[in-house]
Amino acid sequence: MASDIETRLKTLMLRGLGGDAAAHAELLGVLTVYLRNFFARKMGRSAADLEDLVQESLLAVHLKRDTWDASQPFTAWAFAIARYKLIDWFRRNRIRRTEPIDDASDLFASEDSTELSARQDLGKLMGHLPPKQRALLEDVKLAGLSHAEAARKAGMTEGAVKVSIHRSLQVLMKRVRDEN
Amino acid sequence: MKTDELIAILARDAGPVKRGAIPRSLAALAFGGALVALVIMVPWIGFRPDFPAALADPTFWMKMAYTFGICAAGFLLAERLARPGATGRAGWLLLAACALAIGALAAGQLAMTPAAEIDVAVMGGSWDSCPWYILALALPGLAAILWAMRRFAPTRTALAGAAAGLLAGGGAATVYGLHCDENAAPFVAVWYSLGIALTVATGAIAGSRVLRW
Repeated sequence: MASDIETRLKTLMLRGLGGDAAAHAELLGVLTVYLRNFFARKMGRSAADLEDLVQESLLAVHLKRDTWDASQPFTAWAFAIARYKLIDWFRRNRIRRTEPIDDASDLFASEDSTELSARQDLGKLMGHLPPKQRALLEDVKLAGLSHAEAARKAGMTEGAVKVSIHRSLQVLMKRVRDEN
Repeated sequence: MKTDELIAILARDAGPVKRGAIPRSLAALAFGGALVALVIMVPWIGFRPDFPAALADPTFWMKMAYTFGICAAGFLLAERLARPGATGRAGWLLLAACALAIGALAAGQLAMTPAAEIDVAVMGGSWDSCPWYILALALPGLAAILWAMRRFAPTRTALAGAAAGLLAGGGAATVYGLHCDENAAPFVAVWYSLGIALTVATGAIAGSRVLRW
């Protein structure tokens, strides 16, 4: 099973790095399930921050994806990110870690898709973005506008919209961290 | 925003990614850092008095090989430690090989040195300034490399900072070798290494603070 998931995720990652948005979305979707289960086991299922940490990890996987070397196992790379985010959370919450988290199979142990907290909302975090960037993110996602449409609405070029979205995501990741 | 919506936004941001950004930027900054060290060093303390005649001296090249080897090991380690979950075995091996080589050379030279002259072989004439010059010359490059590393994803921040220090320190020590006319292996093994170690320690302390993401 472990090598199956490696092959599957690696294929998706390579396609995503090549610019295949659907493969990238699928990759993040699969990772979300594993991340939820992993963090639930480590943080305690009731932890209010669980979905925050999932989202923070997804942002990191996305924004840091150029740090994955294709000669390296993808699962080890993804696990190292999840582990880093988890240890960071322990540290921020002054929780003394009792068990080592050293094995990548920890992350990919269970693919039960328990809907843990659909209630999670990043809305409060979006509030940290400058209004223009925030409006752009909301237009592109929530209203489903294409980059071209969002560009017309904001009076920007399509390239500028893309750059602005990318910057907003970077700001978002930084703010999620600083807030916690 | 629900997680599904976040994923949709991230997918919209998923343009093709350029590969090889880490080695390219680390190599460029290490080279740039060494160049800055040279530009600082020349008007400050200048080239060694026997330069460029010293280029014909094999012991000069022994020293260059050691410091450049350390710099290369720092590059390999920093390039790996900038990535989550990578170990950097090649860098550790090269670092160990450099340490063994300079240690063996130094021990060999000391074995052939009369007891009365051992002090001079180890302490040379500039032991008290050599490590500090190396540290000072390394700082601009170290700052640049750490700054670049913030964009990557080091999961062991102190270790990644230390690797940045090894890279910058090895480069600065190589540049400093153009000023310093001490060629004895024991001197290089102790005082050059100490200068590099000071840079590594600075990198580790700075890294654990500035490299979090």
